[in-house]
Amino acid sequence: MAILASEIEAMIRESFPNATIAVMGDDGAHFAAEVTDESFRGKNRVQQQRAVYAALKGKMDGANGELHALALTTKVPE
Amino acid sequence: MTDTATRIKETIGANDVVLYMKGTKEMPQCGFSSRVAGVLNYMGVEFADVNVLADEAVRQGIKDFSDWPTVPQLYVKGEFVGGCDIITEMTLSGELDTLFETSGVTYDKDAADKIREANG
Repeated sequence: MAILASEIEAMIRESFPNATIAVMGDDGAHFAAEVTDESFRGKNRVQQQRAVYAALKGKMDGANGELHALALTTKVPE
Repeated sequence: MTDTATRIKETIGANDVVLYMKGTKEMPQCGFSSRVAGVLNYMGVEFADVNVLADEAVRQGIKDFSDWPTVPQLYVKGEFVGGCDIITEMTLSGELDTLFETSGVTYDKDAADKIREANG
C-alpha cells in the first residue's frame, strides 16, 4: 500500500508540532525526511530518530510496514 | 528476557562489532545493509554479520531489542550505534572513527579519510 509524503509529514507533525519538516520522495515507498526540532537538543541521534519513528507508529515495521525506506535526518535548530 | 534477546545479547557481547543486516557482508540483500557493510569492509573493520533474513526470530527480535524499527543495525562493544543514516552521517563527520578509537576497534584511518574525500 502506498503512502504519500504529505501523510508522513502529517504524522511527524502530530508529534512535533513546532518542527521544521521536509519530506521528499514520490514513489510511494522510498522517502527522505529531515526533521529539525528543539526537543532533540541534548539527545543523541539514536534517541532523536527513535522519537521520529515512534511518531510513524509502526509504518516502518517489517513486512506489514508501508514505508520500506525512509532516510531520516534529525537536527537541532541552530 | 526472551530466548532471542538472550541470543542477541550473547552475540553482541562476544563480538566487538556486530552488524545485523539483510544478507551477508559478502552478499548483502538490501541497499541499506549493503551501504553499512560496505563502509565497514572498506575501513577494514573486523565485524560479525548476522543475516536477519535467515532467522525470523532475530529479524523481529533485533527490532524489539533496540526499540529501532529498521535493519541494518550496528552494535559496537554491545551498544547499539545506529542504522544506515546514522552510520553514514557518523562516517562522514569522523564520529565513527572516534567511536572505534575509544572502543579499541582497529580500522583503517586512511580508508575512512578516502570515503570522506570522495563524499566531501
